[in-house]
Amino acid sequence: MSNTTTVTLEVLRYDPERDQEPRFQSFEVPYDEDWVVLDALNWIKDNTDSTLTYRWSCHMAVCGSCGMVVNGEEKLTCKAFLRDYLGRGPIRVEPLRNFPIERDLVVDMEGFMAKLESVKPWIIRDEEKPVEDGEYIQLPKQLKRFKHHTLCINCLLCYSACPQVGLNPGFIGPAALALAHRYNLDSRDQGRHERQEVTGSADGVWECTFVSACSDVCPKHVEPGGAIQEQKIANSVDWFLDHLIPGRSSAGRTKE
Amino acid sequence: MDVLQTDVVIVGAGGAGLRAAIAVAEADPALSVTLISKVYPMRSHTVAAEGGAAGVIKENDSLENHFNDTIGGSDWLADQDAVEFFVEQAPKELTRLEHWGCPWSRDPDGRVAVRPFGGMKIERTWFAADKSGFHILHTLFQTSMKYPSIRRLDEYYTTDLLLEDGRAVGVLSHEMRSGKPVVVLGKAVILCTGGAGRVFPFTTNGAIKTGDGMAMAYRAGVPLQDMEFVQYHPTGLPGTGILISEAARGEGGILVNKDGYRYLQDYGMGPPDPWPRKKAMELGPRDRLSQSFWQEQQKGRTIQSKWGDVVHLDLRHLGEKKINERLPFIRDLAKSYVGVDVVSAPIPVRPVIHYTMGGIASDITAGTPLPGLFCAGETACVSINGANRLGSNSLAELLVFGKVAGEAAAKLARSLPAPSETAALAQAKAHRARAEALVDGSRGTEAVATIRRDMMATMESGCGIYRTQEGLEATCATLRDLRARYRDVKISDRSWVFNTDLTQALELGAMLEIAETMALSALLRTESRGAHQRLDHPQRDDSAFLTHSMAWRQGDEPPRIDYKPVTITKSQPAARVYGGAAS
Repeated sequence: MSNTTTVTLEVLRYDPERDQEPRFQSFEVPYDEDWVVLDALNWIKDNTDSTLTYRWSCHMAVCGSCGMVVNGEEKLTCKAFLRDYLGRGPIRVEPLRNFPIERDLVVDMEGFMAKLESVKPWIIRDEEKPVEDGEYIQLPKQLKRFKHHTLCINCLLCYSACPQVGLNPGFIGPAALALAHRYNLDSRDQGRHERQEVTGSADGVWECTFVSACSDVCPKHVEPGGAIQEQKIANSVDWFLDHLIPGRSSAGRTKE
Repeated sequence: MDVLQTDVVIVGAGGAGLRAAIAVAEADPALSVTLISKVYPMRSHTVAAEGGAAGVIKENDSLENHFNDTIGGSDWLADQDAVEFFVEQAPKELTRLEHWGCPWSRDPDGRVAVRPFGGMKIERTWFAADKSGFHILHTLFQTSMKYPSIRRLDEYYTTDLLLEDGRAVGVLSHEMRSGKPVVVLGKAVILCTGGAGRVFPFTTNGAIKTGDGMAMAYRAGVPLQDMEFVQYHPTGLPGTGILISEAARGEGGILVNKDGYRYLQDYGMGPPDPWPRKKAMELGPRDRLSQSFWQEQQKGRTIQSKWGDVVHLDLRHLGEKKINERLPFIRDLAKSYVGVDVVSAPIPVRPVIHYTMGGIASDITAGTPLPGLFCAGETACVSINGANRLGSNSLAELLVFGKVAGEAAAKLARSLPAPSETAALAQAKAHRARAEALVDGSRGTEAVATIRRDMMATMESGCGIYRTQEGLEATCATLRDLRARYRDVKISDRSWVFNTDLTQALELGAMLEIAETMALSALLRTESRGAHQRLDHPQRDDSAFLTHSMAWRQGDEPPRIDYKPVTITKSQPAARVYGGAAS
C-alpha cells in the first residue's frame, strides 16, 4: 500500500435546518500512513468543506469526544488509523448509533448525562472525614478491585454498540452502570444500597442481556459487561439476605 | 435575547472550574452557580495531564522544600507570597480529592504514594498511575453532580465578558446546538478557560486550548501577564505532539542522543548516575531539558527520524512489570502512535509546546484588576510558575486557586445586589452582531484555516525555544498583518446548528490577540529567564527584568507592555542550581 496517495471517506451529513434525512458525502483525502480518521476529517474541514461538523479535542484517546462508527464499528477516530482500512473501498464514517443526531457526526448526549448523574457517581458516606485527619488508608489490593472501572472516558462507544440501549432508550446502560459499580467497590464508599435503588430498577442492570458488545468495543478495557453481571449477583444476594434474615435490610444502609 | 440571572458565573468546566463551582456550593448552598463550558466537562484538557500533582505529605519533605524548588524553577519570577500559600494548601486539596474518591496510586501500607518529578528536590508528586489529570477531572466532575446549586450549561460557547460601572457582571454565550444567544448575569464571574497552546502548530494541547478566556478578559481591559513564558515539554511524540509524561523520567527513564549518550550531562545537569538523582539529568526542569535538545540539534547529535529530529527516551531498564503498573498509558500511546513498545525499544521524543505560564493578571486572592472578575488554573497568572513551571505544580494549582476563586466569588456574591439587565444587554447585542455577521455571510474574504496556519507558523519560527530580536520582530509584524486580515475573515457555514466553523473563527480571533501579547512581550524582554531564552541577550538581568510583563490591549494596535515588580518574601534571586551541585 506504500503507493497509496489518497483515500476516500464517505461521511454521513445531516443538518436539521436543511436536510430531510441524513445523506452520505464522499471526500478525497491525502493518505498519510500516520494519519487517523480524525486527521482526515480535520483535513476536510480545513481544505474542502468547513461545514463538516464533529467533536474532537485531545487527539490522544483520553477526552472521549471523537467516538464515531467507522466502517460499521465503534471507534475513537483519533486512534483509528487510515492504514488499517486500506484496500477495502471507501472508509465510511457515521455518528454513534442509538443517539439522536444533532448534526453530521455530532450526537445528542444529554440523555447519557442524565443517566450518569442518576447512579450517584460520588463517594457517599455517613460521616465525612475531616481533611486534617489525612487520607483514607486504601491498600493496593483494595484499589485494584475497582481501578479498571475508573478508566471510563465517557466516549459512548458502548451505548452505540449495546443492542439493549437500542431497544430501551431508558436503559441506564453500560458506562453509567460500570461507574456505579466502581463506587460500590471503593473501600471509601458506603453508598451501595442507595445506588441499588437506581441500578436495581427496571431500567438498571436487569435490562442487560449480557451480549457483552459494550466490553468488546470499550477502548479503555473498563469491562462494563462484567461490572453489570457482578452487580446482578450482588443485588440478588442482597435481596435474598434481606428476605431471609429478619431485620437485616436496614443494617449497614444509609437512611432508608 | 434570553437572560439568565445567577449568583456566580463560571466559564470553563475543567479542573479549576469544577473546583471553583464546588467551592461556591460548599460555601453557601443558597448561591446559584452557572457553570458554562464549550465542551462537556470530561472533555476539558485537564483530562490529558498524566504525571501527577505536587503536595508535601511525606515525613522526609517540607513546605520549605516545595517553596524553594518552585521559586528556583520559576527563575525567581514567581510571586513568593502566592507560592508560600500554594505549597501550604496543596496537600489539603490533594487530600480532599482523595476523600472525594480520586484513585491515587498507593504505597503497600495503603497510604498515598508519591513519585519524583523534574526540578523537585524530594519526591512529592501524587499520582494515579499515568492518568492523574484524567482521574482528577472525572473525580471533580462526578463529585460536582451531588450539588444541586450547580447548574451546568454544557456546550455553550462564551464570547464576551459583560461589564457595568467597571465591574464584571456576566457573559454572553451561545448554545452551540442551536446558536441561540444567552446572557448569563451574575454578581461574580470566574474564568477557568485554560491555556492557549493552540497558537503553536506542534503542541500537547487539545483543540479546545485556544485561550478564549484570556482573550475575553484582555478585550475587557484586563492585562495579560508574563505571556512571553510558554513552556516546551521536553518529551512529546514526534508527528502528533502527544505528551509522554515526565513521570517516565520520574520513574527512571533516560534521554540519549544519536550516540546513545546521556547528553544532559553536557548542559550542567550531571553527573549521569545510573539511578534517578533528584534535580539532575533527566529530572532537571523542563526549560533546561528542552533547551538542551535544541543545543544537541545544533551540534548535529539528535536522531533523524521520518518525523524530523528526535532524541530517545529509554525506559527499557524499568522492566515490564513496573511499566505496566506505573506507566500503562505511556506504553499504550507509544505503541499506538509511533509503533514502539517501550518495554523493548526507546521512544522517539522531542520538545513540544505544553503550557502557558502567563495569563490573566491575578494574585493570591484569585482576583483580577477588574472588580467582580476572578480566574484560576492555566488561564490565570497568579503567578506561582514565573518563568518556568515545575511539572506537577499545575494540577495542584488548579485545585488550590479554583477553591480560592470559588470562595472569594461566593463572598462577593453575598454582598452584592443582582446586576441590571440594561447595560449588559446593550453590550451583548453589539457583541452578538459579530457572530451574526459571520454566519449570515454578509462580509469577509479570508479563510479561517489559512490565517490560523500562518499564525502557527510565525509563532513557531519566531517565538520558539530560543528567540532573537530579528525573529520576534518578524513574528510581531506578521501577527499584526494577520489581525488585519482576520477583520475580514469569512466562514462558509450558514447554519446555526452546532456551527463549528463559527466556533473556530471566534477561537482564532482570541488566539491572534494572545499570540501578539506573547511575541511582543518576548521582544521587549531583552534578557533570558526560564522558558524565555534570547540568543541575543543570553543572561538573566535582574536589575531590569525582575518584573512581570503586563500586556494591555490597544484596540487594533499592538498591545502596550508595562511591568509590575515580583513579590519577594524570603528568597533573594540567586543562580539556579541543578545537577550534582543541587543535592
